[in-house]
Amino acid sequence: MKEFFLTGFIPGVGVGIALLSAAYLYRVLRGPTIFDRMLGLNGISTKVILLLLVIGTANGRVGMFVDIALGYALLNLVGSLAIAKYLEHQGDALNAMD
Amino acid sequence: MQWIDVVKEPAAFVLMLIGLFFLVVAAIGVLRLPDVYTRSHAVSLTDSLGAFFVLTGLALYAGISLVLVKILAVLVLLYLINPAIAHLTVRAAHRSGLKPWSREDA
Repeated sequence: MKEFFLTGFIPGVGVGIALLSAAYLYRVLRGPTIFDRMLGLNGISTKVILLLLVIGTANGRVGMFVDIALGYALLNLVGSLAIAKYLEHQGDALNAMD
Repeated sequence: MQWIDVVKEPAAFVLMLIGLFFLVVAAIGVLRLPDVYTRSHAVSLTDSLGAFFVLTGLALYAGISLVLVKILAVLVLLYLINPAIAHLTVRAAHRSGLKPWSREDA
């Protein structure tokens, strides 16, 4: 059980999470409006944070990866905040992208 | 604390499977729902719940250490940040005049 958990199950969870981010990538590439692309990016960064912790657990070095995950979460907040504040003042011109 | 070593791997297994289930549901929602306002539910609510279960499983597997506290910090941060970003996106969409999907659009 212990062998299987560390070498089989946890890398499997990582591969599953990485495959799921393909759905978000589709939304980023094909999203009709720019807000769909922002939501897709937010979902992908959540997946990246989870993937960092899963990879760290599989390598037995979570202590390093968890700090990177914290920093990545904060960067995600700041970046999305800046983009959202920028788009808020763009007006109706964005609806031409439908 | 012998019993926690016995119980932590099956418990983490079950928790991470539940988390993967919710992540799959969120991905299906992102693909299938009709517009930004509905998709934001899949991204903020269901995705956060899946991340909660996966991170709880990892924290349980890490055992009582500093790593456990840091994983819980990531969990709390995700739970604060994810709905906040979804709210920001939807508010920007609303203020720039994007109309919500209605049944006539289908």
